[in-house]
Amino acid sequence: MMAGVGGGNDFQWCFSQVKGAIDEDVAEADIISTVEFNYSGELLATGDKGGRVVIFQREQESKNRLLSRGEYNVYSTFQSHEPEFDYLKSLEIEEKINKIRWLPQQNAAHFLLSANDKTIKLWKISERDKRAEGYNLKDEDGRLRDQFRITTLRVPVLMPMDLMVEASPRRIFANAHTYHINSISVNSDYETYLSADDLRINLWHLEITDRSFNIVDIKPANMEELTEVITAAECHPHQCNVFVYSSSKGTIRLCDMRAAALCDRHSKFFEEPEDPSSRSFFSEIISSISDVKFSHSGRYMMTRDYLSVKVWDLNMENRPVETYQVHEYLRSKLCSLYENDCIFDKFECCWNGSDSAIMTGSYNNFFRMFDRNTRRDITLEASRENSKPRAMLKPRKVCTGGKRKKDEISVDSLDFNKKILHTAWHPKENVIAVAATNNLYIFQDKIN
Amino acid sequence: MFSKGTKRKFSDGDEEISAESLVGARVASSYSLQRQSLLDMSLIKLQLCHMLVEPNLCRSVLIANTVRQIQEEMTHDGSWHMVTEAFCNPGQSPSERLVATEVLCRSREQDAEPKLFSVISYEGCREEEVVADETLCSVSVSDTVSDVCLAGRMGQCWEKSELSGVERDEEALEDSSLGSGEDEEIDTEDEASTKSPKTTGQVFGTFEIKNGSPGPDSALEELFSDVDTSYYDLDTMLTGMQSAPKMGPYDLLDSLAPSHSSPTIVSTPKCRSDLNELDHIMEIIVGS
Repeated sequence: MMAGVGGGNDFQWCFSQVKGAIDEDVAEADIISTVEFNYSGELLATGDKGGRVVIFQREQESKNRLLSRGEYNVYSTFQSHEPEFDYLKSLEIEEKINKIRWLPQQNAAHFLLSANDKTIKLWKISERDKRAEGYNLKDEDGRLRDQFRITTLRVPVLMPMDLMVEASPRRIFANAHTYHINSISVNSDYETYLSADDLRINLWHLEITDRSFNIVDIKPANMEELTEVITAAECHPHQCNVFVYSSSKGTIRLCDMRAAALCDRHSKFFEEPEDPSSRSFFSEIISSISDVKFSHSGRYMMTRDYLSVKVWDLNMENRPVETYQVHEYLRSKLCSLYENDCIFDKFECCWNGSDSAIMTGSYNNFFRMFDRNTRRDITLEASRENSKPRAMLKPRKVCTGGKRKKDEISVDSLDFNKKILHTAWHPKENVIAVAATNNLYIFQDKIN
Repeated sequence: MFSKGTKRKFSDGDEEISAESLVGARVASSYSLQRQSLLDMSLIKLQLCHMLVEPNLCRSVLIANTVRQIQEEMTHDGSWHMVTEAFCNPGQSPSERLVATEVLCRSREQDAEPKLFSVISYEGCREEEVVADETLCSVSVSDTVSDVCLAGRMGQCWEKSELSGVERDEEALEDSSLGSGEDEEIDTEDEASTKSPKTTGQVFGTFEIKNGSPGPDSALEELFSDVDTSYYDLDTMLTGMQSAPKMGPYDLLDSLAPSHSSPTIVSTPKCRSDLNELDHIMEIIVGS
């Protein structure tokens, strides 16, 4: 598969940048836990296990450097969440950022929601590049001037200063989740958003922090009867009354908030019938959906389970319209993957801006892209070895048995500690961000 | 370390295996072994997920469902029935039975009633007997043999360095697919065969703070009526999970229900000194 993927001819992915430490010793706190472009693609946010958010901004394209598009540089870094202790349960609450979602930009400032297991925060990121000088009552240090020394009256003047980017928490949405938050999603009305944990989904108003509506509750009266949890949820991109949530049993429920206050009864139920020939004790685990994403058009949605990515037409509930195998060669290794807990890894998936391609991660720092039109797929690797500027990425191949060709890697040589769980695709251009443990890779298409 | 003779015994008891085809029998018994290993591994995972940070509920649910699946299958093909028979047979000495891990209690030689623990939580534990075993971390109540089987297994899995269990599981699962046909160590000790809903509730129950679950354990309720059991549950669980302390005779005393005249206590060779101490303490308290 030498040709690239992404809806164009002669399309090749090239290395652009890598952010993060080169050390072999990875600090746990530096592990990236979420990646998200904003609506314009100008900003790229990452959250890590240490509760920090780092925002990169794309520099303006200069006319001198036509060969590469603008690079992403650090714009703002702040501590979003701190570790907490739940005294009632004697358990720690991790500061790890589970999800970041941007709000659409409405003024000069940028807003994003960041969530750890229990709390969601609305952050305002604003620039300050001017400073008032010439105060009457205080001098430049801020100290009050002696009043009898003030002999004239002057008007303060705004002077330029070095750009300062400030992040301040504007809202804190807390105490609404008993279980761990796995998803947040901004509604298309830009006034509300939903947050989902293992058993419940809440609807918030961005202005109101002291209460939220519970719209889905699948907690059984008797916890002993619990067999299914919510794994992901998302608002429809255009219909503000519609949202979906996925479960650990491989099902997706689409709900309409107009139907009832508590959306326990779904409007649509998506499930693919199980293939009886491939049934095993691990069938349920690998069917558990780790991510669900609507297409930009709103006509389709994509789900990621352990071995595959499926595209569903919202009008057809009984099976997906497209299924892509991510790493089918792992099917014979499920027992080992169960033992080392890798089978529980939650991979995310994403659409490109035109919904013509999808991307998801795998092991050994591999990530996969599928072109929905040509049905071509490609496996690429995020590694420092291919990190020369504008170096073209070479397609990778996993050898499933028999003779291993040159440049192929055998399944048993895969490094299962190097997993790519979080990827993001620029909303308009072919620029992708791939999180590999503590490093963030940015790849772009080659401009011919 | 493991006697091959018992393997034959195991497969002989399995009615599902066709006597005609040796290969078929081996494949089937290998499948059973794999299945049993998977069950053991799953139970260990459920235990290990109680850490300082709240465990991942999705993972716990998926593992518990897997265990339930295995149990159902074992019930359907009769392995479960055979297992309880073997387990309850008082005449059988422990050495005849193969164990997957060292953690299995050897108390069965003394009594017909197995003495086992659940370290997970107090809630869902039912009635009569208070049991003690110095190899395990906490005391709980158990009623029937079948319920107790799994509860104890889970507790034992945790207490004795679960590494040994995991290592064995790793060996047993060298071939990742089930039914590989490889002859491996056998774990016949299927105390763990049944995953009672009660135990599942105990696992998920730790996610909730419950104050005094209503239940038939009236005797215990009397004893603990003014105690907020939720903190006790958590304490027991966390203490058990992190440091696996042995329950000394003092702790045992705290848990004894006064309405029971003769609490059954395991007497293993290791327990005897503790038992004497216990007698001593009882004497002091009774004031004789």
